[in-house]
Amino acid sequence: MKQQKSKIRTTSRLADGVIIAIMVIAGLLCLLPILNVLALSFSSSTAAAAGRVKFWPVEFSLYSYKYALTKPQFIASFFISVKRVLLGLGINMTCTVLAAYPLSKTKMQLTGRMAYAWFFFFTMIFSGGLIPWYTVVRQTGLMDTLWGVIIPGAVPVYNVIILLNFFRQLPHELSEAAYVDGAGEMRILTQLYLPLSLPSLATLTLFVAVGHWNSWFDGLILMKSPENYPLQTYLRNLLVVKNMSTMANMSQAELKELSQISDRTLRAAQIFIASLPILAAYPFVQKYFMKGLVMGSVKG
Amino acid sequence: MSVSVSYKPKHASFRRQLPLHLMLLPCVAIVLIYHYYPMVGLSIAFQNYNPRMGFFGSKWVGLANFRYLMMLPNFASVLFNTVYISLMKMAAGLIVPIVYAILLDQIRISWLKRSIQTVIYIPYFLSWVILSGILIDLLSPSTGLVGDLFRSLGAEPPFLLADAAAFPYLLVVTDVWKGAGYGTIIYLAAITAIDPSLYEAAIMDGANRFKQVIHITLPGMAPIIVLMATLSLGNILNAGFEQVLNLYSPVVYSTGDIIDTFVYRVGLQNNQFGVATAAGLFKSVVSFVFIAVGYLLAYRFADYTVF
Repeated sequence: MKQQKSKIRTTSRLADGVIIAIMVIAGLLCLLPILNVLALSFSSSTAAAAGRVKFWPVEFSLYSYKYALTKPQFIASFFISVKRVLLGLGINMTCTVLAAYPLSKTKMQLTGRMAYAWFFFFTMIFSGGLIPWYTVVRQTGLMDTLWGVIIPGAVPVYNVIILLNFFRQLPHELSEAAYVDGAGEMRILTQLYLPLSLPSLATLTLFVAVGHWNSWFDGLILMKSPENYPLQTYLRNLLVVKNMSTMANMSQAELKELSQISDRTLRAAQIFIASLPILAAYPFVQKYFMKGLVMGSVKG
Repeated sequence: MSVSVSYKPKHASFRRQLPLHLMLLPCVAIVLIYHYYPMVGLSIAFQNYNPRMGFFGSKWVGLANFRYLMMLPNFASVLFNTVYISLMKMAAGLIVPIVYAILLDQIRISWLKRSIQTVIYIPYFLSWVILSGILIDLLSPSTGLVGDLFRSLGAEPPFLLADAAAFPYLLVVTDVWKGAGYGTIIYLAAITAIDPSLYEAAIMDGANRFKQVIHITLPGMAPIIVLMATLSLGNILNAGFEQVLNLYSPVVYSTGDIIDTFVYRVGLQNNQFGVATAAGLFKSVVSFVFIAVGYLLAYRFADYTVF
């Protein structure tokens, strides 16, 4: 504490002010756009169209939310995404654990450990790219099903590496003792390793959940029928394609006019609802992700 | 890697190992099918691909797809855009978080520091669909906030999303907007690990805060900066597919079209699988070289190992 105080004394108030100002502006740049969307979503569409809404609702209205929450496709896509997150979480975490545990053993305990490790790691540095991947997914019959956005990415190699490095820090003697007592590997994993790794597992779980919730491109190319779109894919068509598809042959003046069309409040409400699960989970995410990121980059 | 020879000098018995191999089996199968089999599928790049004939049944055309690519008038600009945008993002993505972290570390009012941290991390967790939806609205010249800002300064608001000259820079700025806050975490962790006695000594020697940053904080962060820089090399051709696909439009193709969006349009929208895969193969090979070099440098200069 003493040292902190002396540090303050050596610094000028001006420098402090400038530093705080810069970082407050950086913070506002992240916060204000979100507040703007929130304000828009609660405003009347005429106020929004006239550009009168800044950071507080003008002519308060719940119409946009009523509209979104009674729109069948929005609801359907929302629940497709929920289902995707739950299924994806289960499968991703199971695969992560099942791959990380054996790989955390030494090469004496697991013959071919390095070969396995390189087998997984190589996929992080080389890939077949979009078109062959798409072709394989189609050949394996996963088009237009929820499995198509889950199975191909079932093994998140980066997460496997994070978890295996964590497992390797657990004392060796633990699993040896359990083995001597007659526990099988599966029991050692589920009853010894997993309870000891809860913080890491929580971090990975949050990241996987956010990842599934936010994915949209796989849904876009793998779902033939828009009724099967996850929420983010549905939103993309609403927010981006409607705006962009007609822009090709338009003049600057026409483009300006297009952007005035006012389902602004409706779009804002749907943006906000789609971000809500993330924002709601955010306090937990924030609690864990620091650990997670540091875990991933600087392993112990 | 640490081999505990002390009490297990021999390989474990097959019987004992078997459950471990069985655990790996499903993951190996999935990775084989969805990661390695597509690599085999890169053969499409040398074929006049017919989806019904599989990866080896179609007509082989040698390098025709590559020749076709090279003759396309816009492929050179696609390559240039990709590298230009990626390099700017790599530089900005390295520098801005470092600066943010150093500045944040200087803020002694802890509630303010924590609030700023909380807020600048948020965009990282929102998808490019959401962020693009917000940006498209924000940048609308007639109703968006950015338009208001220009008008209040007495200037005609530009339509940045339709301005080919501005588009690459818009990508860099919005990429920093999404990622820079989150990027500070690793550097803040590095700053926290610096020995406080170094600062005490510097203060005794009369170093002001700026000098402390230059002579203690930055050198203390150096290993992690080197690591992040080397690992980012692999992004040389990753100009940000999801971001560009959500923000670009034909009016900005000349400066904003990148390899990934090109592959997507040519392959999945125009069904020219062979040509698109050729472009994809080019990207995969070049990226592979840069990623490998990045890991090698990270290993050499930052003692970084993956597993």
